[in-house]
Amino acid sequence: MKLTVRKGLDINIKGKSEKVVADLPSPKEIALKPVDFPNLVPKLLVKEGDLVKCGSPVFCDKYNDKINFSSPVSGKINKIIRGEKRRILAVTITSDDKFTQLNKITKDYSTLDREELKNDLLKMGLWPYLRMRPIDIVALPSDNPKSIFISAFDSNPLSPDYDFIMNNKSAEFNAGIEILKLLTDGKVHLQTRVETDDVFINAKNVQRNIVKGPHPAGNVGTQIHEIDPINKGDVVWYVNPQDILVLGRYSLTGVYDASKTISLCGEGSSEKKYFNTISGSNINAILNISSIDKNSRILSGNPLTGDKVDKDGFLGFYHHQVTVLPEGNKHKFFLTEGWLSLGFNKFSASKSYPTWLMPKSKSYYFDTNLNGEERAFVVSGQYEKVFPFDIYPVQLIKSIVTNDIEKMENLGIYEVAPEDFALCEFVCTSKINVQNIVREGLDLVYKECM
Amino acid sequence: MEFLRKIFDNAHQKLNSSEKTKKFFPLIDAFDTLMFTPNHVTKKGAHIRDAIDLKRTMMLVIIALVPCLLFGIYNTGYQHYRVLNQLADVSFLDIFLQGAFVVLPLVVVSYGAGLLVEFIFAIRNGHTVQEGFLVSGMLIPLCMPADVPLWMVAVATIFAVVIGKEVFGGTGMNILNVALTARAFLFFAHPTKMSGNEVWVTGFSDLKGEKYASLVSSSNPEGIVDGSSGATALGDLASFMQDSPVLDNTQAFQAKYSFMDSFLGFIPGSVGETSALMCLIGASILLCTGIASWRVIGSFFIGGFVMATILNLIGGNGYFELPAIHQLMLGGFMFGMVFMATDPVTAAHTNTGKFIYGFLGGFLGILIRMVNPAYPEGIMLAILIANVFAPLIDHMVIQSNIKRRLKRLKTA
Repeated sequence: MKLTVRKGLDINIKGKSEKVVADLPSPKEIALKPVDFPNLVPKLLVKEGDLVKCGSPVFCDKYNDKINFSSPVSGKINKIIRGEKRRILAVTITSDDKFTQLNKITKDYSTLDREELKNDLLKMGLWPYLRMRPIDIVALPSDNPKSIFISAFDSNPLSPDYDFIMNNKSAEFNAGIEILKLLTDGKVHLQTRVETDDVFINAKNVQRNIVKGPHPAGNVGTQIHEIDPINKGDVVWYVNPQDILVLGRYSLTGVYDASKTISLCGEGSSEKKYFNTISGSNINAILNISSIDKNSRILSGNPLTGDKVDKDGFLGFYHHQVTVLPEGNKHKFFLTEGWLSLGFNKFSASKSYPTWLMPKSKSYYFDTNLNGEERAFVVSGQYEKVFPFDIYPVQLIKSIVTNDIEKMENLGIYEVAPEDFALCEFVCTSKINVQNIVREGLDLVYKECM
Repeated sequence: MEFLRKIFDNAHQKLNSSEKTKKFFPLIDAFDTLMFTPNHVTKKGAHIRDAIDLKRTMMLVIIALVPCLLFGIYNTGYQHYRVLNQLADVSFLDIFLQGAFVVLPLVVVSYGAGLLVEFIFAIRNGHTVQEGFLVSGMLIPLCMPADVPLWMVAVATIFAVVIGKEVFGGTGMNILNVALTARAFLFFAHPTKMSGNEVWVTGFSDLKGEKYASLVSSSNPEGIVDGSSGATALGDLASFMQDSPVLDNTQAFQAKYSFMDSFLGFIPGSVGETSALMCLIGASILLCTGIASWRVIGSFFIGGFVMATILNLIGGNGYFELPAIHQLMLGGFMFGMVFMATDPVTAAHTNTGKFIYGFLGGFLGILIRMVNPAYPEGIMLAILIANVFAPLIDHMVIQSNIKRRLKRLKTA
């Protein structure tokens, strides 16, 4: 199947990573962060000082205690970091660098049934790699998804290139897909660009769909909406390609190996390269290699949806990049670089800056300045230009703000996730934090209706 | 700019140092954020943001209004000297200065009164001053007759900002266009100063006074310079519908107000509305920068053209026989289409809705203008009606989307 996304926006930021994998010492410390999993209420299963192995459960979902979140390294629980109201923010683990495994399960899944596979994935702590739409949370083991989606490209600004990362990893990838195939009665959809790496072209057991168009073409939400839309009651699962490699390695060797390739990018860092590391590893090790501007913001994830982390913070569970952006915490005089400047170096999706006449390949400097102040909705039609769903984004946001669940359902909240609104948030003249609002709406709907 | 920055920082510090003065922060903040884009950074979600903000959006609309303002100033002077029959004796500069002398006080009063209210509400409610009034403050003088008393402009502006906007919650929350609310207020509260034959040209009412008593004769009982009148083109047209038309037929009208004059704007009318050309320049600025919706502008024009054509085909009197395209160049049609109907807050919000909303506005505007005995112009009322209908139009559009979604659920 071929599909073209017509609405959207490619944001061309300076600071792309070079396609080189640099060496990195294996991380001394990693963290599992319950905050990486929306809507999760964690139940701790370890104490500070406990010894853990790869695959040892660290915490589980309080309301679904089968879902374990396991350590990707062997070593010792170092610290349990708590925030307000003793909410667990992160559990850090000091690695002993030996990667001793708790379980080793070697089975030929082609002869086994779905329930047994599910149990093994839950036991190994591999389950959280499967995520579901609607609500955009970790998949529920009791569901039978109508299809599973894999987006083989990331269209976000400064995103890592999966064609480069996944190159020559066909064996693990196909083994991972075999596992996914067992989990659904429907199809496994793999979305790629027209030109892509052999690992995706030769993938087995998948329906390959070719997607054209600007961001958010690479978001699974957009792809699901076009290919197999979600109605109330439907469930679709999705997995990131690198996370499929983790499943694949488990299938081939029986161990939990959470290594992944991440990119370091953004104007604020000097070494913009790819690194091999482990899920949840300390960012410090990566940042030490490169020199970082003092006044910069470090993100786990991409500039549109990533999380702000400290210099000695940790990589998010689902994140495949570290972005370093210059902070924009200074006043800008209105005529020279502020709101009324000519702005030949300012990027805007609106046509109010002359840069809309320049070639699309031009890349722009971005800092974290809000470029204005928060206001009520004034300008209309802005979100619609970058929102490829057959959904009215502003009206949906308003129904969430007013807690009108029936209207949210009618307007299509089951099809969206915060990341689908990232571009709306970017282009918003009134600087409204739309992603946060969508998350709150999804949490409410999950609590009340599911 | 360091110097300026320091002044603002010091002022903020002084205000913040005492509990009593803290609430006056909007006073400093408004000028600070005008001079400097604030140092606010993103906190959650998207860490980078588009370079556009509401200030720039509003300022672009004001820039688009500048051609109308400049031409309005010139035309005010031009009409003044025209009725005095002195056009041949005065220079371009004289005309312009005479106009500026009349129009600029209107602008100052409008901004002064409106911003006063904005500041009071900002301090009272503890929020920053919002940008919405920057545009309204320019639109209000441009949609007034030149001779309107300044105190009326002040009262109308205060009424519009308080009742039209602040009671609903401020910028972005209003249901009616603020500038048109001001105009409608004066139109109904002080009709003699907003319509008729004597308010559109400055100095015209003086003409009838003693100053020009020498002109009064039996053939010229009102003492008006020969061939001159203070009526607008629409006033003359409306008289076709009454027992004693001012002009004999459509040809006479077209001789008095040629298509070219109507298009360029050398006719009496509200300060900024007369020149279709300047409105089109404004429209092209708004469309090139993507501020105004082409859907609204396009469908508004089509709506007006369809109605004018229908009435033109019916014909039967001097008014209806005027060609549709000439009809649209008169009065406030172009100005309302470009600057009033496109107000994103009070227009329909959905893209499909914008087509319906614009068409409704244009269609009703010409209908009210041509088929009613009381008001010579209908654009203001039509846009206000369309404003009121906009939420209903959106509701219909959204319901059809919801139905489509439910249908998908049933077939799945």
